[in-house]
Amino acid sequence: MSNDHTHDQPSDPALQVKALESLLVEKGYVDPAALDALVDAYENKIGPHVGARVVAHAWLDPDFKRALLTDAKSALAGLGITGWRSANLIALENTPGVHNLVVCTLCSCYPWSVLGLPPTWYKSAPFRSRAVIDPRGVLGEFGVELPEDMEIRVWDSTAELRYLVVPQRPPGSEGLSEDDLAALVSRDSMIGTGLARAPGAAQEEDPA
Amino acid sequence: MNGIHDMGGMHGLGPIEIEPDGPVFHAPWEGRVMALGDSMGPWGNWTVDRFRHLRETIAPADYLTKPYYEQWLMTFLRLFREAGLVSEAELASGRPEAGAPKQQPKIRVEDIARVAGREGTARREDGKPPRFQPGDAVVARIISPTGHTRLPRYARGKRGVIDRDHGVFVFADTNAHGRGETPQHVYSVRFAARELWGATAAPRDGVYLDLWNDHLEPS
Repeated sequence: MSNDHTHDQPSDPALQVKALESLLVEKGYVDPAALDALVDAYENKIGPHVGARVVAHAWLDPDFKRALLTDAKSALAGLGITGWRSANLIALENTPGVHNLVVCTLCSCYPWSVLGLPPTWYKSAPFRSRAVIDPRGVLGEFGVELPEDMEIRVWDSTAELRYLVVPQRPPGSEGLSEDDLAALVSRDSMIGTGLARAPGAAQEEDPA
Repeated sequence: MNGIHDMGGMHGLGPIEIEPDGPVFHAPWEGRVMALGDSMGPWGNWTVDRFRHLRETIAPADYLTKPYYEQWLMTFLRLFREAGLVSEAELASGRPEAGAPKQQPKIRVEDIARVAGREGTARREDGKPPRFQPGDAVVARIISPTGHTRLPRYARGKRGVIDRDHGVFVFADTNAHGRGETPQHVYSVRFAARELWGATAAPRDGVYLDLWNDHLEPS
């Protein structure tokens, strides 16, 4: 099926990409400065810091939370979060009875507008294969144990809908500012492979 | 296609290599792959569905072992060639062929906001009435197309319940092959974990899939 003829090209992807970029620049298709700007956007403009702000805002403002769960696109636009295919975003609320977990078993669909590009494990075969058949085992690998009677809902991103989990607000976070609350919202808690951190807990997780 | 990419429900693919605070790109070339794909998009006008299908045709051993962004590179190269933007000779030599016209980039720095601002274009508002309502019992069709489909094997033939109607979207299964957008309703369908996996699954757990009208029949 494959008609890749890569035998004449450097096998190291770094060298291969370098050669491809210089070819495409020489042909006039791409602008190196635009490539730099795009990489900067992926690395710095989008990322879990955006989603953490959304979650913290939802924790503080019940009207916003309701709007977010009903029509995430409009709610996010109200916070100035647009683009990156955010039109078809759906927010899922974790509650004492329901835990949501997001996966893309077929490829690597992920809510770029609020979480940025996905981490390597999210795109990996072990996570993609087992999240749907053994969500509790997967959560255990992330150090998350849920009560047996809690309902786990796994969302397989098979179409152009993207999912953001709104984790439960941790106990002891009353009175915290939106910025302090956002610091409790890890990337994994918005995928469903983690929970929001307790206030004062060491940030051994990813820096959201 | 019943390919290696359709891995939901498989066992034996190893432990999850959790990397809590990994960088966005682990090497500069990974970011260049993303940026090159974005910058070349307006030259080829390929669809995300075509991209996904071509990635699915990577040989299974490579699919399981090659780094993610290398797979994207392989896929973009296929798209560039399909669209006639680069030739085999150019890829081999790294130089434009003699007489190849010099183009002007379509994505410049001032266009980045437009690239970032894309909201997602798969939704189509054509007023088509939905076939199903939330609460309706459905069954996912048993199909085995050799081309692209977004109906995973693990759900085929299984019974579920419509959770919500997402509205009308481009149908990936036809669009990936240039057979038209055939817009239709996409539904969130809840499948009980026990329906999918048997009696060892937790009784209250469920898996939600976003499936197109053509993937579903009334149950």
